Amino acid sequence: MRESIKDKVSIIGTGCTKFAERWDADVEDLIKEAVDEALADAGVELKDIQAGWVGTGRGSQQVPMGPPSAIIATSSLQTQYIPFTRVENLCCAGQEAVRAAAFGIASKCYDLVLAIGVEKLKDTGFGGLGEMFPGPWQPIYGAFGTPPGRYAMAATAYFSKYGLSPEEGKRILAEISVKSHYYGARNPKAHLRREITVEEAINAPMICWPLGLYDCCGVTDGASAAVLVPSSDARKYRDDYVNIKAFSIACGPGWLKEDERYDFTYWRETQEGAKAAYAEAGIKDPRKELSLVELHDCFSIAELIACESMFLCPPGGFKEYFTERRAYYHDGEMPVDVSGGLKSFGHPIGASGAREIAECVKQLQGKVEEPSRQIANFELGLAHNQGGHPGRFVPGIAIIGRP
Amino acid sequence: MAGIVSFGAYVPIYRLSREILVQVWGGKGKGEKAVAGADEDSVTLGVEAARDCLKGFDKKKVDALYFATTTAPYKEKQSAAIVAAACDLREDIRAVDVTNSLRSGTVALTMALDAVKSGSAKTALVVVADTRLAPPDTMYESLFGDGAAAFLIGNDDIVVEIEGSSSFAAPFSDYWRLDSDKQIRWWEERLCREEGFVPYMTNAINQAMKAAKVAVKDISKAVISSPDKGMAGDIAKKFKLDPKAQVQDLMFDNIGHTGCAQVPMALVMALQNAKAGNKILAANWADGADALVFKVTDKISKMADRRGVKVYLASKVMLPNYGKYMHFRELMEFEHELFFERRTALAEVWRHRNLYFRFYGVKCGKCGHIIVPAPNTCIYCQADEKNFTEVPLADKRGKLVTYSMDVRTRAIDSPNVLAAVNFHDGGRFFSQMTDRDTEKLKVGLEMELTFRRIHMTQGIYNYFWKCRPVRGE
Repeated sequence: MRESIKDKVSIIGTGCTKFAERWDADVEDLIKEAVDEALADAGVELKDIQAGWVGTGRGSQQVPMGPPSAIIATSSLQTQYIPFTRVENLCCAGQEAVRAAAFGIASKCYDLVLAIGVEKLKDTGFGGLGEMFPGPWQPIYGAFGTPPGRYAMAATAYFSKYGLSPEEGKRILAEISVKSHYYGARNPKAHLRREITVEEAINAPMICWPLGLYDCCGVTDGASAAVLVPSSDARKYRDDYVNIKAFSIACGPGWLKEDERYDFTYWRETQEGAKAAYAEAGIKDPRKELSLVELHDCFSIAELIACESMFLCPPGGFKEYFTERRAYYHDGEMPVDVSGGLKSFGHPIGASGAREIAECVKQLQGKVEEPSRQIANFELGLAHNQGGHPGRFVPGIAIIGRP
Repeated sequence: MAGIVSFGAYVPIYRLSREILVQVWGGKGKGEKAVAGADEDSVTLGVEAARDCLKGFDKKKVDALYFATTTAPYKEKQSAAIVAAACDLREDIRAVDVTNSLRSGTVALTMALDAVKSGSAKTALVVVADTRLAPPDTMYESLFGDGAAAFLIGNDDIVVEIEGSSSFAAPFSDYWRLDSDKQIRWWEERLCREEGFVPYMTNAINQAMKAAKVAVKDISKAVISSPDKGMAGDIAKKFKLDPKAQVQDLMFDNIGHTGCAQVPMALVMALQNAKAGNKILAANWADGADALVFKVTDKISKMADRRGVKVYLASKVMLPNYGKYMHFRELMEFEHELFFERRTALAEVWRHRNLYFRFYGVKCGKCGHIIVPAPNTCIYCQADEKNFTEVPLADKRGKLVTYSMDVRTRAIDSPNVLAAVNFHDGGRFFSQMTDRDTEKLKVGLEMELTFRRIHMTQGIYNYFWKCRPVRGE
């Protein structure tokens, strides 16, 4: 008989490195920094950890981060012969690590586990991520497809579908980035901590029309970690622990951009993932019930479309909700990415999923480093990632909340 | 009787104004030259001309392909086999590369005529393309352009009859390249003119006209090859051809000297302006000379929908500066290959050859949708691939669904434009867009497909299809 993960597993500690261009740190240094903080936050010692999962998105590619296995974590931490597994699901990798750890707990095989998300991107020698992952026809079919190249197609399509001139469209996107930078500036661990103006965003150097520099997230090094236990044990560790309410991984069939019906203005996979996660968490109206959505805003247009695809506004309704009703600010009706998001906090691929969960945990505990972006009366937080590119996504959604 | 049953041509969309060359190097120059794009080479140019030529014909009836060029992408590895696959010809054909001489185009034409005359082929395709380079800051850099032409040779519904021909071979050196040379070398043109060009062209023309039993007054257009702008004039004068009425413009001013495609392209231009009954002389110099006398039949009216030189010439994008030209023609070492070296799996390219070369997709027998590339399960109805039939899609047109313009890839022709195109009768192609004026892009544009070089990896040229805004409409 299938059971839900809801309220079976608790997070008792989180850790997060400073997200930045970490010229000072190897991938193993990043892991240790995040894990040390998570263990201290949980009040447990490394020797008590029974199993671990580490998520990285690109560790086996040309990024110099050692062998593509969990040994990057065990050699960093010097755990002694315990189960440790690397998980990979593109940008969902960090969330997959938390999910795998939670299932480890829910299976009752372990009762104290570690989940880590990590990525070291800045040792490659070039900006950006380069041309992305090979499918079966790479490197010829889909050649030269960079992340901005692929997401920008969604922006062009959205402008066209909803009758926005390039100027109108770029202004909405600029306002999203201004919001991200506003919150990033108020988050000590964020990568990009400078506020920007709409004019700066609109006039920034072009990366991929219609996306300019400030429409794109930081390419960042970082790690995040979480300590998980059975909910029945959680109170032994702390009073303000947080429960997992839902996980969904709505892995798409991967061929939407070859599907003549797909118009690039919605994330079908994220829609399906949101429906599944809301159902598991028992959420009827996400706009009313969620206290915070930390979503995958690798680009400004990604935030816009993810809001619509997670039903935080109707299709085409983003402008009204965001710019007119100001719904998505920390004091708005449905706060979105008030950590600064991937955009401003930075996006070390495998780290982001775990980092978003850690952000929700801190918000729920009322322990946001800078109180000006603390959300009042926090009940439920949602962390959303999507790996891949428009038409070929694997989205992960985690919902956490009060026990 | 063997004759030309169709023709086509291709001129790359990019043009370099000779004023830019004057700005860079000084000197004089007027007009413009056609420049192959960063994703074009003689093979892809040839495929374009061949596709123009094959319009309305059954490609599967072609029995032989003669591909002429002096600028094959590979020194060892046949170009004709690539052209044949991209044109979706049968595999059981005779494919031949005719190379090394600027006369290769007319040599290939005569070889194809002989094959059809002998009966070894019923239909033969002749494709001629060149992308020659001359050293920067020379007259020849300014003079040379890129282009292609194609002719279909057959027995039925002949558009152009061959009334006479001649061929001469001579071990003459005027222009040459060594095995290791990217750019041409040459000897003083006075030697070429006085000892090679004029005497050999004279002999070849006389012999062909005698065989065809035509007099100079019967010639409506003479296509006379010319290593530079002036030399053809010597022949015109010698034969008392009226330079305005009877001599075909070789398009030095708007295309440039297109190597072994010079005479074939000028012949296509002459045919695009010809009327039934016209007699056309074509004479080609290099390593000797070829001359052919043609007669245009009343079937010429069926050729009105060829784009030929005329339409492609009118459709153009000006290169903004010399730097772009240097990028396109690889005249310097550039940054783009520094990082992230790509790899190619030739086994994978071979497995998917019907996609890469022929641009086949599949049609699902259950739901009727067209899908490209071919998945192994229908992406619409999840039917198994055993329900699929292959469908050629290279001739399809469609509407631009969306696009982006990426300045952060290592595309030589930045920005790299990614596009989604919905074909009018079904199917979606997610592709790179080429030959685009970035100022004029908008959702809904009419798109067509073109065979291009995607990139080079490990010394392998990787070819595939791209979309482009429809040219010439």
